Amino acid sequence: MFFDFSNTRLFEYLPEIILPAVVSTLQMLFFSMLFGFVIGTLVAILLVMTSPYGLKPNPRFYKTLGFVVNMIRSFPVIILIVAISPVTRALVGTSVGEEAAIVPLTLAAFPVIARYMEASLQEVNPDVILAARSFGASNSQIMFKVLFSEALPSIVSGLTTTTILFLASTTLAGAVGAGGLGAVALTYGYQRFDDLMMYAIVVILFVMVLAIQGIGEIIYRKVKNKGAVGK
Amino acid sequence: MIKVQKLYKAYSGINVLTDINLHVRKGEIFGIVGQSGAGKSTLLRCINGLETFDRGKMIVNDTDISLLSEKEIRLFRQKIGMIFQSFALLNRKTVLENVMLPMECWNYSRVKMQKRAEELLDLVGLSGKLQSLPHELSGGQKQRVAIARALTLEPDILLCDEATSALDPAITKSILELLAAVNRQMGITIVIVTHDMSVIKTACDRMAIITGNRIAVEGAVTDVFLEEPPDLIELVGRQEIVAPPGRSIIKLSIRDSEINQSFLYSFASSLRVDFSIVSANIEQLNQKSFGHLYLSVADENVAQTMAYCEQSGMECSVFLPAARAGGDRHVL
Repeated sequence: MFFDFSNTRLFEYLPEIILPAVVSTLQMLFFSMLFGFVIGTLVAILLVMTSPYGLKPNPRFYKTLGFVVNMIRSFPVIILIVAISPVTRALVGTSVGEEAAIVPLTLAAFPVIARYMEASLQEVNPDVILAARSFGASNSQIMFKVLFSEALPSIVSGLTTTTILFLASTTLAGAVGAGGLGAVALTYGYQRFDDLMMYAIVVILFVMVLAIQGIGEIIYRKVKNKGAVGK
Repeated sequence: MIKVQKLYKAYSGINVLTDINLHVRKGEIFGIVGQSGAGKSTLLRCINGLETFDRGKMIVNDTDISLLSEKEIRLFRQKIGMIFQSFALLNRKTVLENVMLPMECWNYSRVKMQKRAEELLDLVGLSGKLQSLPHELSGGQKQRVAIARALTLEPDILLCDEATSALDPAITKSILELLAAVNRQMGITIVIVTHDMSVIKTACDRMAIITGNRIAVEGAVTDVFLEEPPDLIELVGRQEIVAPPGRSIIKLSIRDSEINQSFLYSFASSLRVDFSIVSANIEQLNQKSFGHLYLSVADENVAQTMAYCEQSGMECSVFLPAARAGGDRHVL
């Protein structure tokens, strides 16, 4: 038979191995997205400010920052994890485990978030920016009261996509010692020929993707159809 | 109010504005008309410093704006409102929030913001739409919101950048009426940039035509339309008049004086020559009629007719002299 479900230890492992792995995957995802969002937002603001059509054009700065962002983006996540392990060790004291994986995942996530956000902010109707300048708004007022406010739905959908993308990356991190669902699927499923175990984890990941997408869509609809948030 | 002197601007070596001289008087509605790409929007943006220029002077409210620092120009912009073709509203903010935004940027108190925004939305006829979002409004309503927003900081000048170009004729008319009311009631000087000549005719006191990055014509709207300079003809398009064989075309200028009003009647009754009206473009401006009337008369009656017209004080000229057989064409 193609699949062999006869000798599975799935039900035995469910509470003691899989459940903790779900928690640690979610932790890795949450913190790498959180830090990636903070750094990515800062970078996006700098990119939008200094772009040739920006509020304070600075072509040299824009090009340099863009170059750095592109360079980091060109690293496959799995290579990035290995490549920056000395930095990781310096930051969190170890280069293996969930906490250690958050460092390279953050590093991989922030350029993606920054570029998505840059694109969202640049989609805002340029006349709206002109209008804001025409009544004397300062650059930071234009940035936060106009651009971020207008681009919010688009930013939300970009973040949803990025989060799902990095759920896959956290499982990759499992391959190089980070733990989480990826590691479990690999070591307890694939390497022990326990197919049910492996596919059960794929199903769990699938459910997580659906949940992230669903939550993202709910937030998107909320910010898109409603005016100010919390009104 | 706005004085432009010898203003030049170029984008990477290509001239956008060349030797612009213009004077917009306090309290008037001034129209700038020209084909797209003529530089009229750029000129408008130079007035509130959204665009810089290379040479020349832009004096607004006795302030030479090229001398202002970045901070000073932000303060200065409070006194100049602006509206756009695309309305430029924030899609995710309600009508009320959109109108309050300029005041928010200048740290007005919440109470004052709300009061002023409600007053202005009442003025533009949208008091029932405070909590609507822009996508729930029609184009005309969106432009009304934009006008209310542009008026929040109590400006002296309102700049309109193709403000009615995305609207249909009936809505355009109502927006122009609103602008005229704003001009009269608040004494706000309005500068309108448009490619639509009917906007100029309906709303403006004086006008300028921009052709090829230069001001080709500047003057009162009635004068420009009566004088029909070539640059105006270029913009409104040409109209062909054909003189039938043996007849000439005489052009009369109508300026809405008493003489003009009774002219046609006395012309017909006392001169007693056979004539027909070939073409007429008479416009209404501020309840006055002005424009041109083209009469066709038999060649042998031209001298007599001209003499009569001049004697009655009409401005007239022989537009098309004696036609040759087969008809002579003349482009007007």
